[in-house]
Amino acid sequence: MGPDTNGDVCTVEQVLDSTLESVDSAELLVIDLARTAGFGEDDLMGIGLAVRECLVNAVKHGNGFSPMKKVRFRVLQSPCRFRVTIGDEGAGFKLEDVPDPLAPENLMRGSGRGLFLIRAFMDEFSVRGLEPHGTEVTLVKVLGNGRPT
Amino acid sequence: MSVNLTNRQVGDITVIDVAGRITLGEGSSALRDALRDLISKGQKKILLNLGDVSYIDSSGIGELVSGFTTVTNQGGQLKLLNLTKRVKDLLQITKLYTVFDVHDEESTAIRAYN
Repeated sequence: MGPDTNGDVCTVEQVLDSTLESVDSAELLVIDLARTAGFGEDDLMGIGLAVRECLVNAVKHGNGFSPMKKVRFRVLQSPCRFRVTIGDEGAGFKLEDVPDPLAPENLMRGSGRGLFLIRAFMDEFSVRGLEPHGTEVTLVKVLGNGRPT
Repeated sequence: MSVNLTNRQVGDITVIDVAGRITLGEGSSALRDALRDLISKGQKKILLNLGDVSYIDSSGIGELVSGFTTVTNQGGQLKLLNLTKRVKDLLQITKLYTVFDVHDEESTAIRAYN
Protein backbone atom coordinates (compact mmCIF):
# COMPACT_ATOMS: atom_id res chain seq x y z
CA MET A 1 0.00 0.00 0.00
CA GLY A 2 1.47 3.37 -1.03
CA PRO A 3 1.65 6.55 1.01
CA ASP A 4 -1.43 8.76 1.33
CA THR A 5 -1.55 12.50 0.65
CA ASN A 6 0.26 13.14 3.95
CA GLY A 7 3.05 10.76 2.99
CA ASP A 8 1.92 8.27 5.62
CA VAL A 9 1.78 4.55 4.87
CA CYS A 10 -1.10 2.52 6.29
CA THR A 11 0.42 -0.27 8.39
CA VAL A 12 -2.78 -1.49 10.07
CA GLU A 13 -6.38 -1.46 8.91
CA GLN A 14 -8.88 -3.41 11.00
CA VAL A 15 -12.61 -3.58 11.56
CA LEU A 16 -13.20 -4.14 15.27
CA ASP A 17 -16.16 -5.37 17.27
CA SER A 18 -17.57 -2.86 19.73
CA THR A 19 -16.12 -4.56 22.79
CA LEU A 20 -13.59 -3.81 25.50
CA GLU A 21 -11.58 -6.81 24.28
CA SER A 22 -11.14 -5.00 20.96
CA VAL A 23 -9.94 -1.94 22.84
CA ASP A 24 -7.35 -3.96 24.75
CA SER A 25 -5.95 -5.71 21.67
CA ALA A 26 -5.84 -2.56 19.54
CA GLU A 27 -4.08 -0.63 22.28
CA LEU A 28 -1.41 -3.32 22.61
CA LEU A 29 -0.93 -3.36 18.83
CA VAL A 30 -0.49 0.41 18.71
CA ILE A 31 2.04 0.37 21.53
CA ASP A 32 4.06 -2.33 19.75
CA LEU A 33 4.06 -0.36 16.49
CA ALA A 34 4.95 2.89 18.24
CA ARG A 35 7.80 1.20 20.10
CA THR A 36 9.15 -0.17 16.83
CA ALA A 37 8.80 3.30 15.32
CA GLY A 38 11.17 4.62 17.97
CA PHE A 39 9.02 6.29 20.61
CA GLY A 40 10.26 6.25 24.20
CA GLU A 41 8.45 4.82 27.19
CA ASP A 42 6.74 8.08 28.25
CA ASP A 43 5.42 8.61 24.74
CA LEU A 44 4.31 4.98 24.52
CA MET A 45 2.31 5.40 27.71
CA GLY A 46 0.67 8.52 26.34
CA ILE A 47 -0.05 7.09 22.89
CA GLY A 48 -1.49 3.91 24.39
CA LEU A 49 -3.73 5.80 26.79
CA ALA A 50 -4.92 8.23 24.10
CA VAL A 51 -5.76 5.40 21.72
CA ARG A 52 -7.53 3.50 24.53
CA GLU A 53 -9.62 6.54 25.43
CA CYS A 54 -10.52 7.11 21.80
CA LEU A 55 -11.46 3.47 21.24
CA VAL A 56 -13.54 3.42 24.42
CA ASN A 57 -15.42 6.47 23.18
CA ALA A 58 -16.05 4.70 19.88
CA VAL A 59 -17.26 1.37 21.25
CA LYS A 60 -19.14 2.80 24.25
CA HIS A 61 -20.45 6.27 23.41
CA GLY A 62 -20.41 5.92 19.62
CA ASN A 63 -21.56 2.36 19.03
CA GLY A 64 -23.13 1.66 22.44
CA PHE A 65 -21.38 -1.75 22.56
CA SER A 66 -23.73 -2.84 19.75
CA PRO A 67 -22.73 -6.15 18.13
CA MET A 68 -24.17 -4.74 14.90
CA LYS A 69 -21.82 -1.74 14.84
CA LYS A 70 -18.12 -1.80 14.08
CA VAL A 71 -15.11 0.39 14.69
CA ARG A 72 -12.71 1.07 11.81
CA PHE A 73 -9.19 1.32 13.12
CA ARG A 74 -6.15 2.37 11.09
CA VAL A 75 -2.52 3.14 11.83
CA LEU A 76 -0.59 5.24 9.31
CA GLN A 77 3.10 5.91 9.64
CA SER A 78 5.89 7.93 8.13
CA PRO A 79 9.44 8.27 9.45
CA CYS A 80 8.41 11.19 11.68
CA ARG A 81 4.65 10.82 12.18
CA PHE A 82 2.49 8.21 13.86
CA ARG A 83 -1.19 8.59 12.99
CA VAL A 84 -4.17 6.61 14.24
CA THR A 85 -7.70 6.96 12.92
CA ILE A 86 -10.71 5.51 14.69
CA GLY A 87 -14.14 5.59 13.12
CA ASP A 88 -17.43 4.57 14.72
CA GLU A 89 -21.02 4.25 13.54
CA GLY A 90 -22.59 6.40 16.23
CA ALA A 91 -24.65 9.57 16.13
CA GLY A 92 -21.59 11.80 16.44
CA PHE A 93 -20.78 14.62 18.82
CA LYS A 94 -19.63 18.22 18.79
CA LEU A 95 -16.34 19.00 20.48
CA GLU A 96 -17.75 22.30 21.74
CA ASP A 97 -20.45 20.39 23.63
CA VAL A 98 -17.91 18.43 25.67
CA PRO A 99 -17.52 20.05 29.12
CA ASP A 100 -14.07 21.14 30.29
CA PRO A 101 -13.10 18.60 32.98
CA LEU A 102 -10.75 21.13 34.60
CA ALA A 103 -13.51 23.68 35.21
CA PRO A 104 -14.27 23.92 38.93
CA GLU A 105 -17.87 22.82 38.43
CA ASN A 106 -16.71 19.68 36.59
CA LEU A 107 -13.61 18.78 38.57
CA MET A 108 -15.37 16.24 40.81
CA ARG A 109 -17.37 14.57 38.06
CA GLY A 110 -16.93 10.83 37.77
CA SER A 111 -16.48 10.94 34.00
CA GLY A 112 -15.66 13.22 31.08
CA ARG A 113 -11.84 13.21 31.07
CA GLY A 114 -11.20 11.02 28.03
CA LEU A 115 -10.94 13.70 25.35
CA PHE A 116 -8.89 15.88 27.64
CA LEU A 117 -6.34 13.08 28.11
CA ILE A 118 -6.22 12.39 24.38
CA ARG A 119 -5.37 16.02 23.71
CA ALA A 120 -2.84 16.07 26.54
CA PHE A 121 -0.82 13.17 25.16
CA MET A 122 -1.09 13.59 21.39
CA ASP A 123 0.33 16.34 19.16
CA GLU A 124 -2.71 16.58 16.91
CA PHE A 125 -6.33 15.65 17.44
CA SER A 126 -9.19 16.14 15.01
CA VAL A 127 -12.76 14.94 14.60
CA ARG A 128 -14.88 14.70 11.48
CA GLY A 129 -18.34 13.41 10.76
CA LEU A 130 -18.77 10.43 8.46
CA GLU A 131 -21.54 9.92 5.89
CA PRO A 132 -24.18 8.67 6.33
CA HIS A 133 -23.40 8.44 10.02
CA GLY A 134 -20.52 8.02 12.39
CA THR A 135 -17.47 9.89 13.57
CA GLU A 136 -13.81 9.55 12.70
CA VAL A 137 -11.17 10.75 15.12
CA THR A 138 -7.55 11.23 14.05
CA LEU A 139 -4.67 11.21 16.52
CA VAL A 140 -1.12 12.16 15.57
CA LYS A 141 2.11 11.86 17.49
CA VAL A 142 5.26 13.35 16.01
CA LEU A 143 8.44 11.39 16.60
CA GLY A 144 11.18 13.27 18.36
CA ASN A 145 9.46 16.58 18.97
CA GLY A 146 10.70 16.54 22.54
CA ARG A 147 7.40 17.58 24.04
CA PRO A 148 7.28 16.21 27.57
CA THR A 149 4.44 13.82 28.28
CA MET B 1 -7.87 -10.68 36.27
CA SER B 2 -7.33 -7.03 35.46
CA VAL B 3 -7.27 -5.88 39.06
CA ASN B 4 -6.83 -7.48 42.45
CA LEU B 5 -8.14 -5.84 45.63
CA THR B 6 -7.14 -7.04 49.09
CA ASN B 7 -8.55 -5.54 52.27
CA ARG B 8 -6.70 -5.45 55.55
CA GLN B 9 -7.45 -3.71 58.82
CA VAL B 10 -5.05 -1.35 60.59
CA GLY B 11 -6.84 -0.26 63.74
CA ASP B 12 -10.12 1.30 62.64
CA ILE B 13 -8.80 1.97 59.14
CA THR B 14 -9.39 -0.36 56.18
CA VAL B 15 -6.47 -0.48 53.79
CA ILE B 16 -7.29 -1.69 50.28
CA ASP B 17 -4.20 -2.92 48.46
CA VAL B 18 -4.92 -2.44 44.76
CA ALA B 19 -2.85 -4.28 42.14
CA GLY B 20 -3.22 -4.32 38.37
CA ARG B 21 -5.26 -2.20 36.00
CA ILE B 22 -8.06 0.21 36.90
CA THR B 23 -9.73 0.66 33.54
CA LEU B 24 -13.26 0.73 32.15
CA GLY B 25 -14.93 -2.58 32.83
CA GLU B 26 -13.73 -5.05 35.40
CA GLY B 27 -11.13 -2.86 37.07
CA SER B 28 -13.33 0.16 37.65
CA SER B 29 -16.29 -1.98 38.69
CA ALA B 30 -14.26 -3.93 41.23
CA LEU B 31 -13.01 -0.74 42.87
CA ARG B 32 -16.51 0.78 42.93
CA ASP B 33 -17.98 -2.39 44.47
CA ALA B 34 -15.25 -2.59 47.09
CA LEU B 35 -15.80 0.98 48.25
CA ARG B 36 -19.59 0.63 48.27
CA ASP B 37 -19.30 -2.58 50.28
CA LEU B 38 -17.17 -0.91 52.92
CA ILE B 39 -19.47 2.10 53.15
CA SER B 40 -22.52 -0.15 53.47
CA LYS B 41 -20.83 -1.85 56.42
CA GLY B 42 -20.24 1.48 58.13
CA GLN B 43 -16.51 1.63 57.44
CA LYS B 44 -15.64 5.27 57.01
CA LYS B 45 -11.85 5.36 57.17
CA ILE B 46 -10.44 3.94 53.95
CA LEU B 47 -6.89 4.01 52.63
CA LEU B 48 -6.35 3.05 48.98
CA ASN B 49 -2.85 1.67 48.44
CA LEU B 50 -2.21 2.17 44.71
CA GLY B 51 1.45 1.16 44.76
CA ASP B 52 0.92 -1.85 42.49
CA VAL B 53 -1.46 -0.19 40.03
CA SER B 54 0.16 -0.67 36.64
CA TYR B 55 -2.36 1.25 34.58
CA ILE B 56 -5.26 3.64 35.03
CA ASP B 57 -7.48 5.29 32.42
CA SER B 58 -10.06 8.07 32.60
CA SER B 59 -12.65 5.62 33.86
CA GLY B 60 -10.34 4.60 36.70
CA ILE B 61 -9.63 8.22 37.55
CA GLY B 62 -13.36 8.85 37.56
CA GLU B 63 -13.83 5.94 39.91
CA LEU B 64 -11.31 7.42 42.36
CA VAL B 65 -13.19 10.72 42.24
CA SER B 66 -16.59 9.08 42.67
CA GLY B 67 -15.28 6.96 45.52
CA PHE B 68 -13.84 10.01 47.24
CA THR B 69 -17.17 11.84 46.89
CA THR B 70 -19.19 8.87 48.12
CA VAL B 71 -17.02 8.30 51.17
CA THR B 72 -16.85 12.02 52.01
CA ASN B 73 -20.64 12.42 51.68
CA GLN B 74 -21.05 9.58 54.17
CA GLY B 75 -18.89 11.44 56.66
CA GLY B 76 -15.87 9.27 55.95
CA GLN B 77 -12.30 9.82 54.77
CA LEU B 78 -10.69 8.30 51.68
CA LYS B 79 -6.94 8.77 51.33
CA LEU B 80 -4.45 7.58 48.72
CA LEU B 81 -1.15 5.81 49.35
CA ASN B 82 1.91 5.00 47.21
CA LEU B 83 0.98 6.55 43.89
CA THR B 84 3.02 5.32 40.96
CA LYS B 85 4.54 7.99 38.72
CA ARG B 86 1.93 7.22 36.11
CA VAL B 87 -1.03 7.67 38.46
CA LYS B 88 0.52 10.76 40.04
CA ASP B 89 1.11 12.34 36.62
CA LEU B 90 -2.47 11.71 35.54
CA LEU B 91 -3.89 13.15 38.76
CA GLN B 92 -1.71 16.23 38.32
CA ILE B 93 -2.69 16.71 34.66
CA THR B 94 -6.37 16.47 35.59
CA LYS B 95 -5.88 18.86 38.54
CA LEU B 96 -7.07 16.20 40.96
CA TYR B 97 -3.82 15.62 42.83
CA THR B 98 -4.55 18.30 45.40
CA VAL B 99 -8.15 17.12 45.81
CA PHE B 100 -6.94 13.90 47.42
CA ASP B 101 -4.95 13.47 50.61
CA VAL B 102 -1.95 11.60 49.18
CA HIS B 103 0.75 9.86 51.23
CA ASP B 104 3.97 8.05 50.42
CA GLU B 105 4.26 6.22 53.74
CA GLU B 106 1.54 4.04 55.21
CA SER B 107 2.39 5.02 58.78
CA THR B 108 2.02 8.69 57.91
CA ALA B 109 -1.25 8.05 56.15
CA ILE B 110 -2.63 6.13 59.13
CA ARG B 111 -1.73 8.97 61.49
CA ALA B 112 -3.48 11.47 59.21
CA TYR B 113 -6.95 10.09 59.98
CA ASN B 114 -9.00 11.95 62.58
